[in-house]
Amino acid sequence: MGGSSLNKPELIIDGKRRDGRSFRDLRPIKIEASVLKNAEGSAYIEWGRNKILAAVYGPREATPKHMANPNKAIIKCRYQMAPFSSLEGHSRTGPNRRATEISKVIKEVFENVVMVNEFPGSEIDVFIEVLQGDGGTRAAGLTAASVAMANAGIRMKDLVYAVSAGRIGDHVAIDFDMIEDNYSDADMPVAVAPRNNDVLLLQMDGGFTKEQFAEAKELILEAGKTISEIQKDALKRVYDVKGASE
Amino acid sequence: MNAIDVVKVGYIRELLAKGVREDSRGLMDQRPITVSCDVIDNAEGSAQVDMGSTRVLAGVKFVLEDTKPDTPNMGNLVMSAELLPLANADYEPGPPSPDAIELARVVDRGIRAGNCVKLESLFVGEGKAWTAYIDIYVLNYDGNLFDASSIAAMAALMSSKIPGVKDGAADYGSRSSPVKAENIVTSTTFGKIGDKILFDMTGNEETAADARVTIETDGSSIRAMQKGLSGSFSFDELERLVAESMSRHEGLKKLIEDSIRK
Repeated sequence: MGGSSLNKPELIIDGKRRDGRSFRDLRPIKIEASVLKNAEGSAYIEWGRNKILAAVYGPREATPKHMANPNKAIIKCRYQMAPFSSLEGHSRTGPNRRATEISKVIKEVFENVVMVNEFPGSEIDVFIEVLQGDGGTRAAGLTAASVAMANAGIRMKDLVYAVSAGRIGDHVAIDFDMIEDNYSDADMPVAVAPRNNDVLLLQMDGGFTKEQFAEAKELILEAGKTISEIQKDALKRVYDVKGASE
Repeated sequence: MNAIDVVKVGYIRELLAKGVREDSRGLMDQRPITVSCDVIDNAEGSAQVDMGSTRVLAGVKFVLEDTKPDTPNMGNLVMSAELLPLANADYEPGPPSPDAIELARVVDRGIRAGNCVKLESLFVGEGKAWTAYIDIYVLNYDGNLFDASSIAAMAALMSSKIPGVKDGAADYGSRSSPVKAENIVTSTTFGKIGDKILFDMTGNEETAADARVTIETDGSSIRAMQKGLSGSFSFDELERLVAESMSRHEGLKKLIEDSIRK
């Protein structure tokens, strides 16, 4: 969305996408958990050309104090793109309006799944730093933050994943890269709790008919199985007892 | 949440358990809406929306600006929202809160994705184009700012008249062409409280709400969606609400069109 119609590249060549993927193929995803020493939990994700770090601090005393909730932990989230992260020129450091909105909707996801009642008066901070962005950074960042939250040992109802579905012409497809995203006809990032497939984050713009929305749902739930496995595998690799037999 | 809010939430939930709302509406009923255009003469376009006690004013100003290198033949829309401290005891002065930013961006997405105003039509020539600054002013809060603001922004933009150009600058004294609206997008926002889904929440209901979803449509396509708050929706619920939203489009569209003809 948002790209000018001038210079629009061919997004579909011989029924395949520019990078050879079919409409239901995800880009390659790699997650590594526990990558930062100081954070209680962390994860690094490479999702296509996206490179994103997520870290969780807390539960710790809520600041400022008047923000503290005597019944539960408050969640804070900061999603940010590094000034050098995009193919375009240098961007200003610090949260812009887009990042503020993304931080808000990601925060709301963790308010749902984290067992906030276990930590009254405290705060849990989620930091998502996009080091290199190539489309779908909020989904990739949220997927990584979910692993970081588990890595912090903070109890959750579920290990949430996120992915974006969209439309190119008549084709509903999953996981757009930056160029597809810029010239697509619809884009819909979604976060799902895999235990019951409840939707915890939903944003969308462009144009979807009812039928295309239903098709996007199918693609998201199918891709979610793959993403969930990659998340669990990243955690297993951290907690497998290394060298137990030595 | 302060003590009064805790009581309000308990009250709203107790009522809803019996299928009743605080203003005795049905779960899917909308409060009466009035839309008045051209309420601010100095703005190129304006509209005030009253939806129950919620009151939102949108104003449009056109500014002649240099075109952007990647869109050399287009103008632009810039949407902002202000949750004014006079509108609600909880609103504080200062830079836009995340709530205000979300509100402006969701309303913007629907109108932009729906191609309601072709940005090419705002191109003037010789590297100049109009930017339409749409400012949403929340004057009184009683819930459902998304729908009220969307209607106000849509009506204000559609009723705008673009200023003339004199010696390469905007001539605000003359208003030449009306904005050409190609499409009308309408917004419907649903809330979830416990297992009940309701339409057009009041302020008290929003305090009690677990989840919220805004669906913006032009009748044939969904143009924008945004889920909010920490609760969840199932995909089945979302598909039902998409159909519900589309079925309400014609009525809301007529409301906007009628307000402009007046």
